[in-house]
Amino acid sequence: MSVPAELRYTQEHEWVAIDDDVASIGITDYATQALGDVVYVSLPEVGTTVTAGEPCGEVESTKSVSELYSPVDGEVVEVNEELDDDPGLINAEPYGLGWMFRVRVAAGGAAPTGLLSPAEYEELTQSAG
Amino acid sequence: MTEFAGWRMPLRYGSEIAEHRAVRTDAALFDLSHMGQIAVTGAGAGAALDYAVCGWPSALAVGRARYTMLCAPDGGILDDLVIYRQAEDRFLVVANAANTAVVLAELKVRAALNSPGGEAVVTDEWPTRGLISIQGPNAADDLSAHTDLPLDGVRYYAGAYGTVAGHPAWIARTGYTGEDGFEIMCEAGDCEAIWTALSAGRPGTSGVAPAGLAARDTLRLEAGMPLYGNELGPDVTPYEAGLGRVVRLDKPTDFVGREALAARAAQGPRQTLIGLVAKSRRVPRHGYPVLAGTTGVGVVTSGAPSPTLGMPIAMAYVTAGATGPFGIDVRGNIEPAQLTELPFYDRRKGR
Repeated sequence: MSVPAELRYTQEHEWVAIDDDVASIGITDYATQALGDVVYVSLPEVGTTVTAGEPCGEVESTKSVSELYSPVDGEVVEVNEELDDDPGLINAEPYGLGWMFRVRVAAGGAAPTGLLSPAEYEELTQSAG
Repeated sequence: MTEFAGWRMPLRYGSEIAEHRAVRTDAALFDLSHMGQIAVTGAGAGAALDYAVCGWPSALAVGRARYTMLCAPDGGILDDLVIYRQAEDRFLVVANAANTAVVLAELKVRAALNSPGGEAVVTDEWPTRGLISIQGPNAADDLSAHTDLPLDGVRYYAGAYGTVAGHPAWIARTGYTGEDGFEIMCEAGDCEAIWTALSAGRPGTSGVAPAGLAARDTLRLEAGMPLYGNELGPDVTPYEAGLGRVVRLDKPTDFVGREALAARAAQGPRQTLIGLVAKSRRVPRHGYPVLAGTTGVGVVTSGAPSPTLGMPIAMAYVTAGATGPFGIDVRGNIEPAQLTELPFYDRRKGR
C-alpha cells in the first residue's frame, strides 16, 4: 500500500496536496483497495463552498457507496472531469490521474489543521486492519 | 477478504470488474468450498427428498441435477438448493453456506418423519469435501485439458463421476453466473491440486484467473438469479420470487409446505420480483425504496453496477400489479428506473 511522503491525509482516507492556497484532494490507495473498482464519483461543483469534515460528494464502487468528505474549508476551483468517463483512474492512479477536486483554502492561506502526517495515516490504516 | 457466513472469503483477487468480464468472455475459477454438501443415500432417499423439498427429486434421472427449494410448512423459503442424482440411491444436496445447518437439520427431521421408500440416511459431507467452479465460455476447453470425462457428453444441469488432475470428482455442468461452466465436488485434500491444475488452463493460454464473491454477485444478478437473504427468505414463497415452477404441485405425494403453497398458487403472489435498469449512474442498493410516481410500492433486493450493460441494474419486490414508471429512492433523490424483463443478461442472446 502506497502512502506518499509529500501528502497529508484524513481519517476518512482522503489525501491532500497543498500548493500555495490550493489543496488538491483525492482518496488513498488504501481506500481504493477497500472499496474495489470505483464505477462512479459525484464531485462538488466548481464555485461551491466546502467545509472541512463535511460530506461533499460520493464514491460508488461495485459493492458499496461512500461519502466523500472535504478535508479543508474553501471554494471548489476545479474538478477532475476525466473521472466522469473513466472512474477507473481512481483505482489505477489514486495519487495521480485519479485526483478528484481542488479547493482554494479559506482563512488566508493558513495551513489547514487536523490533517494527518504520512506516518500517522499509516498507523491509522494498520490499526484498522 | 470479507466475512461471509462465518468464512473468510475473498471478495476480489484483483479487480472485480476484470474478474466479471473474464467469466463473460473467457473463464475464471471460484473456490466455493464454503457451500454446504449434504448426501442423502439409501433405498428411500428419493422418496424422503420428495417429502422434504418442493421439487421432485425422485423423478430425476441418474446424472441429472435440479434447482429446488426447502420450504417451511407456511411456504416460506428456508434455502434454495441444487440437488444432483449421483446414483439410483444417492443424491447430493448443495446448500448456501449460511443455511447449511438449517438444511441439514431439516433434512434429518423430515427424513425421519416421512421416508415411505425405506431407509434414507442424511450425511453432512462438508467437512471432507470441497467445491471448485470454473465458469465461462472457455470453461469446457480449459477443464477438458485436465479431466478424463468427455465434457461434450455432460449436458447443462447434468453431472458425472470422473477425475480432475488425476483426482476423483463429481463434475457437473452447473453454476451461478449465467455462463456455461462446471462445478467440481472433490475430496477436501484434493482441492489444492485441482485448483492449481485448473489455474494453468489449457495449453497455449495464460491460464485461468480466480474470481471472488464480488464478481459472483454481479454475475448472478445480471443473470437474474436470486440470492438467499436478498430475493429469498422465510417471508417469501417461491411464487413471489417468480420461481413457482420449482414447486411441483403435480407431485403425487405430500411434501412440507404443500398446503400453503397450493393456496398461494391459487391466490397469486402478494408481490412480484422485477428487474430495473437505472437511468442515472447512481447505483440502487439493497433496501432502497421503489416508487411508482410518489407512492412507495416496493424495495430493492439487489443492485449493482452491471459490468456487461455498463449501467446500474437492480432486482426489486413490488406490490403485485404495480405498474411504472418506477423510481428508486437513492439516498433522498428519486432516480428514474426502467422496468426490464429478467434476466438482464442471457448468454444465448448475447445480453
